[in-house]
Amino acid sequence: MNKYAERLYNGIIKENPTFIIMLGMCPTLAVTTSGNNGLYMGLTTTVVLAASNLLISALRKAIPDKVRIPAYIVVVASLVTIVQLLLEAYLPVVNELLGIYIPLIVVNCIILGRAEAYAAKNPIGVSLFDGIGMGLGFTAALTIIGSFREILGAGSIFGFKITPDSFEPITIFILAPGALLTMALLTALQNKMKLPSATNGSGKNNIGCGGDCSHCGGSICTTNREVISAKNEIASAKADEAKKSGSNNNNEKED
Amino acid sequence: MKELIMIIVGSALVNNVVLSQFLGLCPFLGVSKKTNTAAGMGGAVVFVITVASALCSIIYEQILVRLHMEYLQTIVFILVIACLVQFVELVLKKYSRALYSALGVYLPLITTNCAVLGVALINVTKEYSLVPSIINGFGTAAGFTIAIIIMAGIRERIEYNDVPKSFQGSPIVLVTASLMAIAFFGFAGLKL
Repeated sequence: MNKYAERLYNGIIKENPTFIIMLGMCPTLAVTTSGNNGLYMGLTTTVVLAASNLLISALRKAIPDKVRIPAYIVVVASLVTIVQLLLEAYLPVVNELLGIYIPLIVVNCIILGRAEAYAAKNPIGVSLFDGIGMGLGFTAALTIIGSFREILGAGSIFGFKITPDSFEPITIFILAPGALLTMALLTALQNKMKLPSATNGSGKNNIGCGGDCSHCGGSICTTNREVISAKNEIASAKADEAKKSGSNNNNEKED
Repeated sequence: MKELIMIIVGSALVNNVVLSQFLGLCPFLGVSKKTNTAAGMGGAVVFVITVASALCSIIYEQILVRLHMEYLQTIVFILVIACLVQFVELVLKKYSRALYSALGVYLPLITTNCAVLGVALINVTKEYSLVPSIINGFGTAAGFTIAIIIMAGIRERIEYNDVPKSFQGSPIVLVTASLMAIAFFGFAGLKL
């Protein structure tokens, strides 16, 4: 398998951003009321992700390390604005369906996560394919979740009615509580079958903070803070000691 | 006045930011293990969202609309929010150690909280002027705080329950959130 196909396989199956790494949960839950919505959201995110990976990888030597996160955010926000304007012009239906969730792609952790974990360290070609792979994995996941909710909640798939008239749709599945319930069943199933997933700690990821949002609780920020303050204290204590011993030495010499 | 009350009830309860719009889900699931940390996070969110919606509203009306550059809203808002969070952290660190130790830990987490950007964008789509924007921001953040504190209270109780093995961890939390979302649906019947 060549390295480009490997990136696609990695994004779609091995490190699927929704099922395995569990990133970007807000759009996953909010827009998957139907298969179509999931597909549109997934493809929009794919375009942004592929373009941002490409640009960030191309700029990786130009962006200073200290300001990299703001720089990435500006790149991603510009791309999202471009995509939003294009959608408004050519696919106004999609723009109306997804509404506020299109500009919110900026804060989707998948995009910054891939920029930080992959595009910032790898050449342009593989970074582009990494973005496409991750995006397609996200699209597949959203479409599957959306179709599942649509079949149960509306009795149709991609807008075509498939269930017999005697089937009473379980409307709650296309409402907000249904999204959380679907996600709960999915993660419970993953736990039961011992599939790799961030929720049971076996999902693999290499994001700066660990990326394990459901178990983090800000603890990593706290530990980092404690480590830094402890280091500072040790350093200042050492400096004090050095000063003291320095003055002591001077005193001894004077004596 | 009546309009403002309607905005605050609507954003805090009827269209609860977490349970019906799914914004800010990460801290909602992540920081809701204990009631006091949940309250700390809620406090920080109320503070940041209220200030951010005021600032974004001023910048949008006074600069972007006047220069006909409304399309730059996403970029400008995200930068304003990121700077604001950094600035708040610095100010708290310098002038109020107590507040900093209570809220400071959560501030870096808030930058990427989609609820902050979400509120700023909702204010623009609904064409709220300055005061309704601030009220809407405050209401949304209050709704977030209510939801996260209730969630933390329930999770403290769940610790003592016999949860089936495959539902332990995040699945039971998601089931709880789903039941809370059903309960919050009751507010949709409010006649305002």
